[in-house]
Amino acid sequence: MADFFMGHYAYWFTIILLCIGLYGILFKKNLIKKTIGLAILQISVVLFFVSVASKSGDVTVPVRDQANFPVEIAANYLNPLPHTLMLTAIVVGVATLGVAFTLLIAIYNRYNTLDEQELIEQFDD
Amino acid sequence: MIESHLPATIALIFVLFSVLIPAFGIWRSELSQPLAVLGSGLAAAFSIIGFIQYLSDGALRYYFGGWEPPVGIEFVYDGLSGFFIMVINTVAFFVFIHSHHTAKQEFPGKEMPYYALGILMLLGFNGMVLTGDLFNLYVFLEIASLSGYALIAIGDRQAPYAAFRYLIIGTAGGTLYLLGVGYLYTVTGTLNIIDMSAMLPMLYESNAVFAALILMIVGIGVKAALFPMHGWLPDSYTYTSSSSAALIAPIGTKVAAYILFRIMLWLFGIELTDAMAPVTLFVGILAAIGILYGSVMAIAQNELKRMLAYSSVSQIGYIIMGLSLANPWGFAGALLHVLNHAVMKAALFMISGQLRLREGHSDISRFDDSYRKKYPWTMAAFTVAAISMIGLPPLAGFFSKWYLVLGTIDNSNWIFLAVILISSLLNAVYFFRILEKVYMMNPAKGQKSVSDGDRNEAPASMMIPTLILSGSLIVIGFANAVIVGILLGIAPF
Amino acid sequence: MNLEFVPLLAILVSLAAVLPIMLSDRKPNLREFWTILAALIKFGLVLTLLPGAIQGNSVELHLVDLAPGLPLALKADPLGVFFAVIASGLWIFTSFYSIGYVRGAGEHKQTRYFASFAVCLSATIGIAFSANLITFILFYEMLTVATYPLVIHNEKEEAINAGRKYLAFTLTAGLLLVSASALVYHYTGTLDFTPGGLFSGVEIPDTEMLIIFILFLAAVGVKAGIMPIHGWLPAAMAAPTPVSALLHAVAVVKSGVFAVLRVVGYVFGTDVMGSYGLNDILIVLAGATIILASLIAFNQDNLKRRLAYSTVGHLSYIVLGVALITPIGITGGIMHIAAHATMKITLFFCAGAIYVNLHRTEISQLDGIARVMPWTMGAFVIGSMGLAGIPPINGFFSKWNLALGALEGDMILPVIILVVSGLLNVGYLFPIIYRAYFKKGEGLEKYGEASPLMVVPIVITAALSILFGLFPNLFFNFYDLAVDISSSLFINQVP
Repeated sequence: MADFFMGHYAYWFTIILLCIGLYGILFKKNLIKKTIGLAILQISVVLFFVSVASKSGDVTVPVRDQANFPVEIAANYLNPLPHTLMLTAIVVGVATLGVAFTLLIAIYNRYNTLDEQELIEQFDD
Repeated sequence: MIESHLPATIALIFVLFSVLIPAFGIWRSELSQPLAVLGSGLAAAFSIIGFIQYLSDGALRYYFGGWEPPVGIEFVYDGLSGFFIMVINTVAFFVFIHSHHTAKQEFPGKEMPYYALGILMLLGFNGMVLTGDLFNLYVFLEIASLSGYALIAIGDRQAPYAAFRYLIIGTAGGTLYLLGVGYLYTVTGTLNIIDMSAMLPMLYESNAVFAALILMIVGIGVKAALFPMHGWLPDSYTYTSSSSAALIAPIGTKVAAYILFRIMLWLFGIELTDAMAPVTLFVGILAAIGILYGSVMAIAQNELKRMLAYSSVSQIGYIIMGLSLANPWGFAGALLHVLNHAVMKAALFMISGQLRLREGHSDISRFDDSYRKKYPWTMAAFTVAAISMIGLPPLAGFFSKWYLVLGTIDNSNWIFLAVILISSLLNAVYFFRILEKVYMMNPAKGQKSVSDGDRNEAPASMMIPTLILSGSLIVIGFANAVIVGILLGIAPF
Repeated sequence: MNLEFVPLLAILVSLAAVLPIMLSDRKPNLREFWTILAALIKFGLVLTLLPGAIQGNSVELHLVDLAPGLPLALKADPLGVFFAVIASGLWIFTSFYSIGYVRGAGEHKQTRYFASFAVCLSATIGIAFSANLITFILFYEMLTVATYPLVIHNEKEEAINAGRKYLAFTLTAGLLLVSASALVYHYTGTLDFTPGGLFSGVEIPDTEMLIIFILFLAAVGVKAGIMPIHGWLPAAMAAPTPVSALLHAVAVVKSGVFAVLRVVGYVFGTDVMGSYGLNDILIVLAGATIILASLIAFNQDNLKRRLAYSTVGHLSYIVLGVALITPIGITGGIMHIAAHATMKITLFFCAGAIYVNLHRTEISQLDGIARVMPWTMGAFVIGSMGLAGIPPINGFFSKWNLALGALEGDMILPVIILVVSGLLNVGYLFPIIYRAYFKKGEGLEKYGEASPLMVVPIVITAALSILFGLFPNLFFNFYDLAVDISSSLFINQVP
């Protein structure tokens, strides 16, 4: 049992992060905190991808050049694809945060608050 | 040579125009609309050419940079993706023509960003539909979503908050999808849809695969506004400008539905989807609840755009229910409804835009029979679209329901059958309520009565697309046997 | 002459008339000219199909496919021609009468009125000539939509509520028809109307057959006014009288009973009806409707509402005839379509003439009016006698066949129902006549007979009722046609 948890500690870590992120999105009333929750959620998935492809020890990336870099032991190479994918995902995340903050500025300019409860009260008027 | 490049060409048109519009738009803002029309028109033309190509030669696959999959990324123009991008681009073309006046009135001086974002969003949609790679799909999903959030934020006072809520829930959905992709990648080692679909059957009853499926369905379900993940949709469509609503409402949720089709029927295949739990049935039940919920809520609304938004929740339910039936009739009905609903909703949102342009509101409780006199053609188009929504023959809406009904009967699924019938009646309630007002209710006291001289029809650039779309509902109705014949050929059963 | 396109033309001619009618909005005389012209052309076209129908031939035309394997197809078979002749023939009278009525009553939005009327007739002829269920659904729904503007015509609160009720009933019915048809398609793979039915050689469990039948019954029963789903019909009396006349005597409700005939004879087939015991359901419902409707009619003081309940009862005569599934019974039912059409249209015309002329709608106000409106009330007497089944009016003739049909099937109960209902008919119609002729009226001095545009159609339809009663084969060989149709429905039956 302990092995099951400890053996997959990286996964458990991402799952906990995921839950924290979801909690922030669903239950925080302040819109900035919601946005932070969103960022945590995205980062948890990024970390998941990275942890899947990570290897400890003396490993390197594969290079398509058999002459200068012959492949000797396959286990010494890690899969670089998830890392590169996550570069894109991080960019997407940054863009999302940018749009989110733009919207927040627009909301703040119109209502002078970022608290969901106060916003909804203002809509009703 | 052009043929084999066609899938990429369609996407590149949007890339090109999303650069051209800001470039020319800064110089001359009035150029941005013609450019957007030109771009979407070209894309629509290429999509149609591609579909003809597909019908004679089969699916077109384009390998980017010459790297063959599974190493490289490919664009696949097969029956399903071809059908969807044809619908998306053609409808977008008409919406862009229509938006000239609404854009000028609702956000003067900001037309350029609107058209640039619109084209960027279409790039995202087209990429999502065409790509053969799951991660690439995520990137296009976010391109479409981010421009979508920005488009929705253009609008009423409450629009930025509606957009923000959509952003939070939409990005969370996208992230869950990405996590699902991650699971699949760890067990299969590939991201290519065709490649992966060959490997997945070997992983029958794998927990990771099942978890991935659920994560993807939930994540995309948010985008498709599948009940109970539809919460963002009504506010977004209501508070955004008419131009944005007309662009997003008919196609946004359809593309998400496309991904569900691709995942459940192609990537996993119906057997694998249902291997661990009756997932399709569960999705179908959610769709059924959504159909009823959307219709009931639509009846309760007093604002035309909000009513149409709830109606969208209900109509997307038809499409996903057809998918969940997993038989040829249900499939054909769902895809025909994609086309029908895109056309109907585009026409209806365009009409609400016309009313807002002329009247400054689209509040149903203020409709009366002066509207019929002031806007005879608009109201005629509205009537056609409304009757099609209700599903009376020979209009298009009837036939998608007919095939869905056949599909439910083939599965002996009487509850779904009842849901379709009840929802049609509810549709009739909320549309006839408006028709009754427009054709019969005398104007309230104190308002001067309207004579024929007060005709104040929307400009031709708006009227013509609206009339073409609502007129095409009749054409689709009579031509549906041909369309369905093709769709049945696409069905993976 | 190639007859292939005649059914299509007959449908399209009144649809095509809609445009000129709308364009002649400002010129009432020209507008009415288009209506009359379309009515005459339509009747002429339908008549060209009659000789072929009498010989038992059908004219078929396949248009586009509406769905794979389900074409939009027209077929002018004897039954369809029979119905089309009645509907298009009576449209001519109704058109003349409508002109007199809407002008006399100063109705608003007359253009919408005549345009909707024309669409209604297209739909009715389409129903008559539908070759399969999907085409039938198309025209059935078209009729629903086209009738709606007529029902709500005067746009008062009452009419709008009636319109809602009408839509609620008929749209639900339409959906049930769609699902019933889909079920039939699922089991048989075809939707073409075939004499003798579609289910021959198909084994279906009893309960599912029952479900399909009940779906169909509910779907067509709404328009046929079978109790307990007749509710829209009395409510729809809020419409102008010519609408009531045409709808209740000819188009809508007759489309309903016509649909019952199609469903029983051409979808289920007489042998399936019998072997699954489905006709018993129909007999019970029709019998109960006949009696109940007549009893309710007693309580109605509003003339049109009383006539509406009378319509509900008489429609069930036709349904009863069909449900007997004996050749003579079905003949009687078919004949009653024609008989009830001429009689009830006469009565509604009379009610409309009284309203336009005297502005009276309640039966208690009709004292002594026969003196000022002799022709109208004379026609009313003829119509009433016909409904009660008194010879020599055509109502007697069809009732006689119905009774014979029941005896042929060794059934006594239907005969008793017919007799009781005849008495009840006398009971609720003759007091009106009594008031009109033998009570002394007040405030009638300044009135005379209604306008000739209304009186002439009334007299003609009344005269037709008598003529067809005396000579059932006059002009159109209706009786032979009805006999041929009903015998064709028994081809699957082992003698």
